[in-house]
Amino acid sequence: MATASSSGSSPAIELIDVTRRFVTPSGAMLTALRDFNMTVARGEFACVVGPTGCGKSTTLNLVTGLAPASAGQVRVMGQLVDGINRDIGFVFQTDALFPWRNVLDNVAAGPLFRGTAKKQAYAKARDWLARVGLAKFEGHYPHQLSGGMRKRVALAQTFINEPKILLMDEPFSALDVQTRTAMQDELLQLWSGSGASVVFVTHDLEEAVALADKVYVLTAGPATVKTVHDITLPRPRIMSEIRYEAEFIDACKRIWDDLREEVQLGQQRQLQQAS
Amino acid sequence: MATTLTTPTAAASSRDNSVNPSAVEMEARVRRARHRRHVLVLTLRIAILVVVLGAWEITTRLGWVDPFFFAMPSGIAEQIWSWITEGTSQGPLWEQILVTLEETMLGFLIGGVGGVIAGVILGRNKLLADIFSIYIKIANSVPRVVLGSVFIIALGLGMASKVALAVVMVFFVVFANAFQGVREADRAMIANAQILGASPLQITRHVVLPSAMSWILASLHVSFGFALVGAVVGEFLGAKKGMGLLIATAQGSFNANGVFAAMIILAVLALVVEFIITRIENRLVKWRPQPLNETH
Repeated sequence: MATASSSGSSPAIELIDVTRRFVTPSGAMLTALRDFNMTVARGEFACVVGPTGCGKSTTLNLVTGLAPASAGQVRVMGQLVDGINRDIGFVFQTDALFPWRNVLDNVAAGPLFRGTAKKQAYAKARDWLARVGLAKFEGHYPHQLSGGMRKRVALAQTFINEPKILLMDEPFSALDVQTRTAMQDELLQLWSGSGASVVFVTHDLEEAVALADKVYVLTAGPATVKTVHDITLPRPRIMSEIRYEAEFIDACKRIWDDLREEVQLGQQRQLQQAS
Repeated sequence: MATTLTTPTAAASSRDNSVNPSAVEMEARVRRARHRRHVLVLTLRIAILVVVLGAWEITTRLGWVDPFFFAMPSGIAEQIWSWITEGTSQGPLWEQILVTLEETMLGFLIGGVGGVIAGVILGRNKLLADIFSIYIKIANSVPRVVLGSVFIIALGLGMASKVALAVVMVFFVVFANAFQGVREADRAMIANAQILGASPLQITRHVVLPSAMSWILASLHVSFGFALVGAVVGEFLGAKKGMGLLIATAQGSFNANGVFAAMIILAVLALVVEFIITRIENRLVKWRPQPLNETH
C-alpha cells in the first residue's frame, strides 16, 4: 500500500504494448493480442468492439489477472497486475450465477467470500436486490427467473463488492432487444452512482455508442487497437431515445466504416481456416 | 408506435376473457385424463404380477415345472413366514437382516465418503490426477468380488471382511462420478467465484462440490446396490451370520424356496433404502428445475 499515494492520479487501467500468446491444446502457438495499448481513466466508460473471435475478451482477462500478459505491462490503478484484484468486478456473457443458491445467497456471495459477517452481508444483499428491483424474489432460484432477471441478479452480485473497475464481457448479448435496452438503462443508472471505470466488450456497435465515453475498435485477430472514438453524447442517456439523435447516428456510421473492413477480413479468415 | 402498443394488449385481454372458462374446463379434462391413466398403469402392473405368479404357481402344481429346482410362490411365502415366526437355522431372521444391513451401510458410507473425498482432491489437482489415474484404472479393472477372498483371509469371518468388500465395490463408482463432476464444473462459474473473492478452499466448498453433487448423488443410487452385493458375496464366501449365509445354507440343502425367499427380502431391503436415498436427493438438489409434467 506504500504506492497508494503515488498511484492516486494514475489511470484506472493501462495496457501498454501488451501481447498475449497461448499454446492451443494441439500445440500450435496462437497470438490473441498484439502490441495492444489502452488507457481507461477513472470513472470512464470504455467499450471495446471488434469482429467475432478477435480477442476482445482477452483484454478483460488480462485486467483481471486470470490470464497473464506474454509481453508488455498491464496496470490497474497504477500497479502491475499480479493475481486477482479485489477492486475488480466482472459480469460474464454466460450465466455465472450459482444455480444451487437462491437469489439472496447469490448476491451475498461476494461479501461472504471476503469474510463479511453474515448479518451485514445479507443486509447489504437485500439493499442491492432492492436497487435492481428484485426485492420480492430473494427466495427464488436462478432457474425460476427470466434471462433479464438473472442479469439483474448478476449485476447486483457484482456491484455489491463496490468494484472500482467493472469489466463486462458481452453481458447482454443473450437477451432479447427490449430486455437488453432495459438492462442498459439499469447498468448506466447503477454505474452513475458508483464512480467505477468500465470496460465493456460487445459486438453490438449501437450498444457501444449508446453506453460509452470512448469506443475502441479492434482489428481482426490478432487484435490490436485500430481506432479510438470519443462519444460526447450528454449524460444521463436514455437508451430508447438516444438512438434517434443525429450525433448517435453519426457516431455509429463513423465507427461502422472502421469496423466493416475488419469484420470482412475476419470472415474471410474463418472461411480459409474451414477450407 | 402508440397503436402497435395498445392493440396487442387489447387483443390479449379480450382473448383471455373468451378463453378463461374453457381453460378451466381443459385443465379439469387433463386432470381427469391423467387420473385415468394412473389407474390404468396401476391396474396393468397388478395384473402382470398376478399372471406371472399365478402361472408359476399353477405350472409347478401341475408338475410341468419341478418346484424342487425352481421353487413355487406359495412355498416361498411359507418359507418367509416360517423364518419370521420360527427363525432361521442361524437365529432370528431380523438378526440376519440387521447384520447384512449394517455391513452394507458401513461399506456404503465409508466407500461413498472416501470416493467423494478422493474424487474432489484428484479432480481439483491436475498433477495428482495424472499420477494416480493409472493406478486407479488398474485397481478398477480387477474383478472386485475376487478381493472378497483376500479380505476373508486377512480380516476373518466377522463383519470387517464384508465391510471391506462393500467399500471397494462402492468406492470406485463414487470416485469416478465425483471426479467427473468436479471436472465438469463450469469454468465461468469458478472464474466468477474467484473474482467475487473466493479462496481455493471456498471455491471447492461452494462451487465445485455443489456442482458435482448431481453426479455424486446419481452414483449413490447405483452404489448402494453394489454395497449390498459386496456384503452378500462376502457372506457367501464365509460368515457366521447374515442374508448371504442364509442363501448359501439354503443352496447347500437344495432349498430353492429358501434362496428365492432370501432374494425377495434383499430386494425389499434395496427398494426401501433406494426410496430413502431419493428423498434425501430431492432435498439436497431442490434448486434443480423440476421437469415439466407431460400431458398425454
